[in-house]
Amino acid sequence: MSFQPIKFYQTGTFTVGNRLLPDNERSVQSTVRRTNSLNSGHRACQGCGEALGARYAIDAAMEATEGQLIAANATGCLEVFSTPYPETSWQIPWIHSLFGNTAAVATGIAAAMRVKGRSEVRVVAQGGDGGTTDIGFGCLSGMFERNDDVLYICYDNGGYMNTGVQRSSATPPAARTATTAAVGPTPGNVFGQGKDLPLIAMAHGIPYVATAIVSELRDLEAKVRRAMEFRGARYLHILVPCPLGWGHDSSLTIRMARLAHETGIFPVFEAEGGEVTGVSRIRRQVPVEEYLKPQKRYAHLFSPKPREDVIRRIQEAADRNIRKYRLLEEA
Amino acid sequence: MRKPFAITLDPGSSLANHTGSWRTLRPEYLDRLPPCNNACPAGENIQAWLFHAESGDYEAAWRSLVQNNPMPAVMGRVCYHPCESSCNRAQLDSSVGINSVEQFLGDEALKRGWKFDPPAAPTGKKVLVVGAGPSGLSAAYHLARLGHQVAIHEAGPMAGGMMRFGIPAYRLPRDVLDGEVKRILDMGVELKLDAKVDDVLVTQKAGGFDAVFLAVGAHIAKRAYIPANEAAKIMDAVQVLRGMEGDAKPLLGRRVVVYGGGNTAIDVARTAKRLGAEEAMIVYRRTREKMPAHDFEVQDAIEEGVLIKWLSTIKEAGEGAITVEKMELDEKGVPQPTGEFEELKADSVVMALGQDVDLSLLDRVPGMQIEGGVVTVGPNMMTSHPGIFAGGDMVPAERTVTVAIGHGKKAARHIDAWLRGEAHDPGPKHELAEFAKLNTWYYSDASKTVRPMLDMQKRITSFDEVVMALDETTALFEARRCLSCGNCFECDNCYGVCPDNAVIKLGPGNRFRFNYDYCKGCGVCAAECPCGAIRMVPEEI
Repeated sequence: MSFQPIKFYQTGTFTVGNRLLPDNERSVQSTVRRTNSLNSGHRACQGCGEALGARYAIDAAMEATEGQLIAANATGCLEVFSTPYPETSWQIPWIHSLFGNTAAVATGIAAAMRVKGRSEVRVVAQGGDGGTTDIGFGCLSGMFERNDDVLYICYDNGGYMNTGVQRSSATPPAARTATTAAVGPTPGNVFGQGKDLPLIAMAHGIPYVATAIVSELRDLEAKVRRAMEFRGARYLHILVPCPLGWGHDSSLTIRMARLAHETGIFPVFEAEGGEVTGVSRIRRQVPVEEYLKPQKRYAHLFSPKPREDVIRRIQEAADRNIRKYRLLEEA
Repeated sequence: MRKPFAITLDPGSSLANHTGSWRTLRPEYLDRLPPCNNACPAGENIQAWLFHAESGDYEAAWRSLVQNNPMPAVMGRVCYHPCESSCNRAQLDSSVGINSVEQFLGDEALKRGWKFDPPAAPTGKKVLVVGAGPSGLSAAYHLARLGHQVAIHEAGPMAGGMMRFGIPAYRLPRDVLDGEVKRILDMGVELKLDAKVDDVLVTQKAGGFDAVFLAVGAHIAKRAYIPANEAAKIMDAVQVLRGMEGDAKPLLGRRVVVYGGGNTAIDVARTAKRLGAEEAMIVYRRTREKMPAHDFEVQDAIEEGVLIKWLSTIKEAGEGAITVEKMELDEKGVPQPTGEFEELKADSVVMALGQDVDLSLLDRVPGMQIEGGVVTVGPNMMTSHPGIFAGGDMVPAERTVTVAIGHGKKAARHIDAWLRGEAHDPGPKHELAEFAKLNTWYYSDASKTVRPMLDMQKRITSFDEVVMALDETTALFEARRCLSCGNCFECDNCYGVCPDNAVIKLGPGNRFRFNYDYCKGCGVCAAECPCGAIRMVPEEI
């Protein structure tokens, strides 16, 4: 675990803030001095997990770098909804790259800062799962291999959402998208080999790799803070529920992220130099059905004919995560 | 102005885009009624005083508490805490130990000598309170706070009523009671002891009182006919418990039988044990499930060695022995005699069958409505005689100290309004904050702290207090277990989880405000509010 959770104090560190905690133990998001990097008026859907995740992460990075931050942003939902010309929601220096080259653009910014002797200015690259696991994968791997001084943040909502919910290599098995229809004997996305980018990043042996979810703010902020303590390539993979693409009610965004964690479907961990150094343990374990049912992209698993075989395979994958990352053991 | 190639507009902020227009549902902050407050017979705002206690500001907590109840140290010992029975946390792990925190705050106030806030400016009105029991003292306190001049006329030699003459010292130490009574009298309330009111109208006229609050309590023991020979020693519970306050303690003998199934029966049996009885046995005609006494009191008594004879009635009392008949419950749960008899050894029999009210002071009040031995009062606690109000055990209600204190407060507020020629309107109640309205994920796991108990040997040989107080750290821990059901406790969740920065934080104590220019109505704030203080309402379109 990346931070020391505060056990009691009524809600401890589970809530965003806590009036009983001293100021230095409160989250960035609970303070009025937070940057609000991604400001109001953006055009993200109601209940957008990515808008939330981006503000959480970039606000924490702004706090950690004392405002000395430049962001490169791949094409994708985040870019589309935040910067329709001539408006911008960003309250930080922010550069829009192509869909596939944001890691390379960020590398360039970092190089420019180095040449200018502005080593205090830190660089963040950010993109969705499409821009990261599919289109920008080559540039990203190169950034890792060269150990360029960039924190790359992937907001993973499991598909190309703003273009109409098409499949990406991060779309989970059995999920319905516009390009993986819920028809035929194996409806929805195929059970492929998967493309676990945090593990791929770790395989590069870069200084820091972590996963996070929008339902665990304290953990997310601590990981950004930790990432900023390193120089070199760092990778943060944040699962961000998408009411549009996942088909859940807009009010359930945080709940979906929490269930992804509590079922074991999305392991939350961190790794340094390629080795796992901490995991966020499951507090109240639930079966995967609780996570799948509220999402229309999985509706075909429950009606007209329940697909227990498919659900079992998803449960097996979750159980594998629980075993592998020891998500149930006491700290 | 020159612009780069292909650029025609200056960069603008997205703040120009008022996304609030997308909204079909609107979030609203609201206050819901926490179940503890809803259940409190004294109308305490429990959650509000716990809020102060949570941050360690015990004096603010106590001041908030005494706005409704002037006797927290007494309450923290003798109240049957229906608040805890209805606490939402019970569905999570176990209820918040409200009663123990109340005791801690009450004791803290006595220890530190905290005084009540000074009363309001004098109104020039005089109110007579008859009876210095919990109800009378509570009414006197609230009337004095409102600026009225109050005189209490008490028939007995000491103030406290049933708190002194009904509740044994091992449950309520007398120094605690004296301390809390004194604090009320220190507000300028006049107390006349040994001053039985024989005719309320005469006393009212003689003293020039503008209004009267009657709270004489129920002190006459109910009787049941038991054939007894002259040598049998039969007493009643009121006599025994009252006798404990004098110098000559009641002589009960080695084997004591108590007849009845209420809390008073338990109190007498436990008292007998402490007075040295080898055997204290309660005879009750029904079963433990049907017993009106509270289960934890029954448990304490059994632990101390009190025996209970279920499903039995006393048929006859003789010298050194009684005859009991075995009963059985019929389909309706009513005990029926079986004709099986048994003889039990008993040096004395104490009847604990409930109490009646001495209403002789109302004999000459015209038109006073009395039904079933108690005085009929309206929703404003006023009797059928204008200006005469009544509360406590002498009106139809559950007979507990907490109910009595609640009556005193309620009556005081109505008397105050009546003296001004107005009607007191407490306003509509908030909707209830049920468990389903909470998002309990956010609360830390923390099970209840249990108050330490005196060791058994001391319990059955002395009148020392049995249930001991929490210390500061455990009281603080217990207060922090409160879920703050239905009322914002400023956890910043709404402020943090809004994807549109549409929640404005107003700073400590001032809660939050929605920025409806940008709120898209996604409902995440309402779903993630731990305490259910946000609701979504359809937007008018």
